[in-house]
This record gives sequence, C-alpha cells and structure tokens, in this order.
Amino acid sequence: MSDYKIHVLVCGGTGCRASESDQVFDNLTSEIKNQGLDKFAKVVKTGCFGFCEKGPIVKFIPDNTFYTQVTPTDAIEIVEEHIVKGRKVERLLYKNPETEEYISDSKSMEFYKKQYRIALRNCGIIDPENIAEYIARDGYQALGKVLTEMTPEEVIKEIMASGLRGRGGGGFPTGLKWDITRKVQNDTKYVVCNADEGDPGAFMDRSILEGDPHSVIEAMAINAFCIGAKNGLVYIRAEYPLAIDRLKTAINQARECGLLGENILGTDFSFDIELRYGAGAFVCGEETALIHSMEGSRGEPTLKPPFPSVEGYLKKPTNVNNVETYANIPAIINKGAAWFSAIGTEKSKGTKVFALAGKINNVGLIEVPMGITLREVIFEIGGGIKNGKKFKAVQTGGPSGGCLTEKDLDTPIDYDNLIASGSMMGSGGMIVMDEDDCMVDVAKFFLEFTVEESCGKCAPCRIGNKRLHEILEKISEGKGTKEDLDRLVNLGNVIKDTSLCGLGQTSPNPILSTLKAFKGEYLAHVIDKKCPAGVCKSLMAYSIIEENCIGCTACARVCPVGAISGQRKELHTINTSLCIKCGACIDKCKFNAVIVN
Amino acid sequence: MKKVANLDDLRRLRDELKSKTSLREKSEKSDELIQVRVGMATCCITSGSREIMTFLAEELDKRKIEAVVTQTGCMGYCYAEPTVEVLVPGKEPIVFGYVNKAKADEIIEKYIKTGELVEGIIPKNYKNFDETEK
Repeated sequence: MSDYKIHVLVCGGTGCRASESDQVFDNLTSEIKNQGLDKFAKVVKTGCFGFCEKGPIVKFIPDNTFYTQVTPTDAIEIVEEHIVKGRKVERLLYKNPETEEYISDSKSMEFYKKQYRIALRNCGIIDPENIAEYIARDGYQALGKVLTEMTPEEVIKEIMASGLRGRGGGGFPTGLKWDITRKVQNDTKYVVCNADEGDPGAFMDRSILEGDPHSVIEAMAINAFCIGAKNGLVYIRAEYPLAIDRLKTAINQARECGLLGENILGTDFSFDIELRYGAGAFVCGEETALIHSMEGSRGEPTLKPPFPSVEGYLKKPTNVNNVETYANIPAIINKGAAWFSAIGTEKSKGTKVFALAGKINNVGLIEVPMGITLREVIFEIGGGIKNGKKFKAVQTGGPSGGCLTEKDLDTPIDYDNLIASGSMMGSGGMIVMDEDDCMVDVAKFFLEFTVEESCGKCAPCRIGNKRLHEILEKISEGKGTKEDLDRLVNLGNVIKDTSLCGLGQTSPNPILSTLKAFKGEYLAHVIDKKCPAGVCKSLMAYSIIEENCIGCTACARVCPVGAISGQRKELHTINTSLCIKCGACIDKCKFNAVIVN
Repeated sequence: MKKVANLDDLRRLRDELKSKTSLREKSEKSDELIQVRVGMATCCITSGSREIMTFLAEELDKRKIEAVVTQTGCMGYCYAEPTVEVLVPGKEPIVFGYVNKAKADEIIEKYIKTGELVEGIIPKNYKNFDETEK
C-alpha cells in the first residue's frame, strides 16, 4: 500500500541543479514538514525530465501537474497552494507558446505527446540513488530471468531478433557483437560501457547515468553472462561528476543486494564493475582508443582488425557498448524481442534519444521511435524555431555528421536514411540552425573541434583537417577563391578515405554537406565577398545612413573603440579601419540609421 | 537493503516495493483510470476532507481498484463539504456532497464498483465557459 498520497518529483539532473534545484528540493521538503504534511506528501529527487529549456522542473504525482522554472522561494508557495489548498500555481505552469494557454497536465504538452520512452523509461520517475525504486519498477528482473531461465545463446538470439543496433553512432547490430565476443575462446573477457560522450551538445548518456544508473549496471551483467565475462568497466569522463557519483552509489547498492559480486542470485555467475575515468578527449569515444586509454596508454586508435571482440582490453576479448544501447537491454529481455522490433523502421528498430540544442524553442532531451520525421521532432516536439525565425538546417551526428535541410524534413529518421542524406545518426545530438546562421561559420566551428580533438596519430587527420580549417578561415575572411571550394572537396574526400579511425573518416562531413546544400552561400563568400547571414565579421562593413541619423550621439557613446565620430545634431560617421564590428551601435540606434553591408 | 538470494526472492521484493512507485505508474496512464478528486480548499479541509482523501486512497488500494486520487481546489459547494468528484472514463463526472467515511465507502462499493448511483449527488447547475448550449 502506498503511504504517500502525493509524490513531488524534483529534477536532480545537471541542468536543473545548475539552476538551484537542490535548494528547491530542500525547501519543498522542509515546508512540507512545517505544514505537518510529511506523512501525506513525499519529495523525490529524480533524473532528467528532458524539458531542460524550462528547468528546474517540479512534477506532482498523481495529477501530473508540471511546474517549470521553479525557484527556491516558489517551492514554499507551491506547498502552500498545491498541497495545502489544492490550487495550482498558475504562473509556474507551462504556457503553450502558440495559444498562450497554461497547460497543467504534462501529458497534454506537445513536448511529451510524440515521445516513446524505453532507454529513458525511469528518468524523471525514480530516485536514481535508491535501488528499491528501480526494483519496484521491474529492475533486475531481466538479469534474474537471464541467469535462472535462459542460456547465453537464447539471450543473444533474443537481442539479435530485437534488431537493436549500437546507439553510440555506428549502428552495429548489438546481438551480433555479443555473439562474436562469445564465440572467441578465452578464460578472461571484459565488458566495457562506453560513457565517453563527446559530441558537442549531446548529453543523453550523462542523463541516463544520472537518472537511471541501475539499468546500465543490469545490462552490463546480462552482457557479461552472455559472453562469459566476470569483469566490467565503465569508461566515463571525469567531467561528469554527478553521473560518476550516482553510478558509484548504484554499484555499491547493487553489491549490497548481491546483484553484483560473487554468485549473483544464487547462481554460479559472478560479476563486478569498476570505473575508469577519461580526461575528456573526443577520440577516446572510439573503441580502440578508449581501450588504450583504459590500459594507461595514450588515447590513440589502432587499426581494426583485430576488433576488440577478439583482442581488446589487456589483449583479451572485450565487448564495448554505449550507455544508451545498454539501457535498452533490460526492457528487451522483460518485454520480448517482438515488442521491441515492432517499434521503428525496417532496419532501425526501437527508439533513439536525441539532445535538442541550438535555435529551437524546447531545448532538451527526447526519446522518439525510429522513423519519426525531422519535422515532427523540430516543429512539434521541439516547438519550432526560436523567435519565429526561419528554419535553415539541422546538424545531426555532431562534428562527424552533416547538415540536413528543408528538403530532408520529411525523411523518416533512421540509421540508413540519415547516411543516405549525407549525415549520420551519431550519438544523437541535434543542433538546429536558423536563417541567422552562416553555414561557412558552422562548418568552421565543427572543424575547429575536430582539429583540437584529433589525436595526431595519422597524417590525413592531423594535417588534412588543419589545412581544411585554414581554407575555411580564408573564405570567411573574404580571401577565398572559387578554386578553394574544389580544394575543400578534394582534400575532404582524401581525409575521409585515408584516415585511420572514425574521427578522421567523418571530420570533413560538415564541410562536404554544407557545401552541397549551401553552395550559393559559399560562392557569395568567395565571389561577392559577402556573408549573406551577416556572421563573418571580415565581410561586414558598418555605415550610417545620412537621412536617418539625427546626431543623437548614442552610437558614438556606446562604441567601445571610439570608431564613431560626429557633432551633436550632425551626421555621424564610422571609421571602418577602427570598427571591430561588435554591433553595439546597431542595438543602440533608435532610428535604424546604422546598417551592415 | 538485504541481500537478494534468488529470482523468487527478487520477485517477492519487487511486489513488496511496488507500492512505493505505483502512484507514479498510475499517473502515467491516469486518463484510462477512475479519477477521484477531493475538494481541498481551507473550507473543505476544516470539514475533514483530508481524512476523506486519505481514506479513499487507502481503501481503493486495499480493494484492488486502480484509481487516481487527487486533490483539487474549492468546488463552490461549501455547504455540502467535504465534496468528492468521481470521473469514470467515458462517463460524465459526478460530484458527491457531505462525504463522510460511510458515504465514501458507499461511493466505492456502489458507484465505482457497479455504476449504481448513491444519495448525495450534487446536480450540475452551471456551465463552464468553454461549454456551448446543448
């Protein structure tokens, strides 16, 4: 029987904690106690709700009231109004941006309507630091079933039948990977969880580890049982302190309950997990580099084969899977391969978690069935483009992916369609760009990232990307030529063909895809020496329109470098050799007298 | 937490713990379930609505009826408090007045279990702003 009549769920994810959700939690708890209602209502700190745009989130159960941007002071008002008097605090409810109506029930929010949560099934629902809540929601049942009632072959067959593919980006069939590792003969094998999430703007793995760490632990144990391993390692970035904390807590709780350790659940299966911290190098998400980093060597990739399945950590057969992949496993075992494979498209089954970022209204974390269109994700779940601007492009797959445009909006999202459109699934970051974004600048941004993150082992990646970046720099400074565009394509293709690992093989993608979709914009930069979006500073010139200027001196006063001169009530002029193109004068001028060319 | 010895033990443990999060599971499918709303403004609380809410929630649980019990603000029928609104999916919502424990028990046994109406219904004598003339 449930002791509490109301559960108050407070987001304890990194995003909401940054906006004082810890204090909100404390205030809710103490105010409920002050009112003498601590036997009536319970406050629970959960993982991420996904609606990070409007955090901190507080959700009431069972009436699903969804409060957004709650401050510690609001917490006291919420207790007085909602719990004591039964009234909703309207100003904290989510407001539908189109109709301006308050929505009290989270189920009526467009953001949640089209989502289908498998990997995130417990995020924002359970307390990740309490194993009892995980067990109450069928936690460790899959492990129990596997150890007691199934053989490794049967489990692998089930995972294969489910059609689950690696969620880290590659999309390799998970069941097949397990099967290969199982068949390699060796006394010692390892399972490794890849939690080295490196794409700019992606935070799904962190959120799963913060919101539901036990699902990953359970899946790793199932994985170990299937391939015949006794040891598991989680390679996690040291810059995810909260995820590390919660994972450690979860591992300790699982050990106490005998769900990790010797003779799990009375069987002869023994398994335990250790953590390995990464220093935050993008290339260490590549499995061979990750393994070298865990061994204490430089995080550099090596040629495959041999694949880690055959020769991995300490030269032993090693199965590496990504966090989100693992989070799907217990659900597949509990509900069956047929249930899972009924979701999604022909070749991409199940769901995918995406991190929405950039110029989109609802920045956050979503999980949707494969086969959903970009239009649904961006305009329905994501709530469209910020400030009513026009959609221009979306970068999927992070720095390894490509730009998708208007024409791709209705393509069903799955591994193969994204590759066919010149991008990739990647780990699931989606960065949305609007009409104010310059595609040359976007390509330059991603390339800067790969140049920084290239490990330097192979020449095409180390030198080639650097040269690509220089050419882009030249173009954005207005010194580019038409031949430079051909050079970008040629060099880009060479880097793709000759690089050692996935980083180099995909790093030219942002350039190649923007060059294909936005050739006109590149041409404007090299021929007309103009940046149509008005981003590339070198191509801009500020000037003042004579008819509009009344000589109020506002622009001259705000200019940080004193580039504007003119007497009171007389025409002002900008000295373009001093101007740093900061745009302060445009923002200040009330008469639209300052323009950019 | 104590050690889990085997799968049967784990299943038992899950069933024991289920109630800790069952409220959250119910809220995920609240529109398919019977919803019971108890008026919980200051006036309602003085007339004992919090005890009635607790009673309803616990009894529905004990009698294995899947329902969501929530609180709401003043319904306006302050003369007849505590007031309880019952929403059975597919049916018009019905408000009961003067609900004490005996009445609450009757509402569960008769209206919720069999659909039979019981005394104490407050007839709906108003229109919401979004309802058109029928």
